[in-house]
Amino acid sequence: MSNKFLIPIGPYHPLQEEPELFKLYCEGEIVKDIKWETGYNHRGIEKLAESKTYDQVFFLVERICGICSTSHPFAFANAVEEICNIEITNRAKYIRSIIGELERIHSHLLWVGLAGHFLGYNTVFMWAWKYREPVLDLFEMITGNRNSYAMFKVGGVRRDIEGYKIREIRKVLDEVKKKTDLLTGAVMDDPVIHARTKGVGILTKDDIIDYGAVGPTARASGVDIDVRKDDPYAAYPLVNWKVITATAGDVFAKAEVRLLEMYESVSIIEQCLDGLEREKEGEINVRVKNIPEGMGTGRAEAPRGEVFHCVFSDGSNSPARHKIRAPSYVNIATFKKSCIGQSISDATISLAAVDPCYCCTERLAVAYDMHTGEKIMSGAEIIRSSAGKTRLIMKNLNMRV
Amino acid sequence: MTADSIINGLLTRFNADITDSRKRNEKRHVVTINPGALPEVAEYLYREAGCRFIIASALHTKKGFEIHYHFSKDECGLVLNIHVVLSHDNPRIESLSNMFNASNWIEREMHELFGIDFINHPNQEKLISEGNWAEGVYPYRKEFK
Repeated sequence: MSNKFLIPIGPYHPLQEEPELFKLYCEGEIVKDIKWETGYNHRGIEKLAESKTYDQVFFLVERICGICSTSHPFAFANAVEEICNIEITNRAKYIRSIIGELERIHSHLLWVGLAGHFLGYNTVFMWAWKYREPVLDLFEMITGNRNSYAMFKVGGVRRDIEGYKIREIRKVLDEVKKKTDLLTGAVMDDPVIHARTKGVGILTKDDIIDYGAVGPTARASGVDIDVRKDDPYAAYPLVNWKVITATAGDVFAKAEVRLLEMYESVSIIEQCLDGLEREKEGEINVRVKNIPEGMGTGRAEAPRGEVFHCVFSDGSNSPARHKIRAPSYVNIATFKKSCIGQSISDATISLAAVDPCYCCTERLAVAYDMHTGEKIMSGAEIIRSSAGKTRLIMKNLNMRV
Repeated sequence: MTADSIINGLLTRFNADITDSRKRNEKRHVVTINPGALPEVAEYLYREAGCRFIIASALHTKKGFEIHYHFSKDECGLVLNIHVVLSHDNPRIESLSNMFNASNWIEREMHELFGIDFINHPNQEKLISEGNWAEGVYPYRKEFK
């Protein structure tokens, strides 16, 4: 009897933010091939955008992703402003960057928590998500929403940040910095996390270039790309910060890049707040009468990598065509490289390492033997198996389990 | 390589196949080429100029099926759009997926939504609506009077 079997992860699974089906073809413990089915969450947003006015498209595109909900309006605004050839005010630039970076912080904290969960470190999960809450509260204070902030518009932003809001943001950032120290210490110095993540799910520089991967996934493999630096927009050229890179390309390197990026985000926001205070009062948007005919390509660096929007305008009040590429679209395809040859218990963290954009729905995934149809392993059991491997390492290191 | 040297190299080497070249600003260029020259142009951009393939945008207009292949030269922030126009009746073009995996999914998506054929694609299956959509019906095609 053959010992090959198939483990489906998804379409709904706690590992994923969006519904997608991954089929892991395994021989014993080792993943031999991986196939995926996407489209479970296809909502025809590109087509819908053609029936919305430019103002309405902002509300549509920020619903593409619930976690990085400002990166799509960011890229869309950049694209449309390129068609109109307009420059927004400095005040609007600072506010846009503050929103973008606050989002990066909460998204990276969310990822750190999830990664901890997959490794069996539920304390990391609970800490990271607890420290993420004050950032979401900040969003509520600034925009009225914890998510889908409705801040952007063609020519600027909808709401100002001033007075007590600036003081409140600084206060929360001080706290975020302390907590990031704590999390970074917990991840960087832990021998068990090293054992579980180093040398796991490696993507080489050539893999990144071949698949066109972006964001922390690329930067962890030594590919120094970041739209904020390469094609600067909003307030990024006005502040000092550096692109974080690592060379190992494994899960640990990806965690390292994300954790260190949070410090850069805090620094960017602080400098933007200084900028807002220097500017004192000023316009937060410029008036745009109509969108001329033409084509605009807008990019923004989302927490997961480059978001790309291409807008074709025919001079009417709706886009004639609106092409959107989210970072997970190119990052997910790298699973073919990072998962094959890994054990099943490492596959979960390798899949999670690129931070595929997740769905909030959870449903049990069940594995069946390809030949007998017999149930082998459920989704929860896969995570338990991963947590079990961590416990085994801890035991071998004579640590308290 | 700088943005200018990439564009100049492209214009000199593929002069016969380039039908239009527009500089929209310092970091955005659109170069329209004959569809037959796409593999050589992509080869030059990917291997020699070190550009990254971002994505391709297809659209259906009165001219036919238009595809913009977006390449990025990250060192100088350049987005170079290679534009091709395919006929209404038989939209076919050589696949780039044998050169880089980055175009694999988007070519499948364009095939599914617009009915454009990608010659020599390693796996031109449906990407989005496998098993849930009628054959030969392409939702992003338009009807022109």
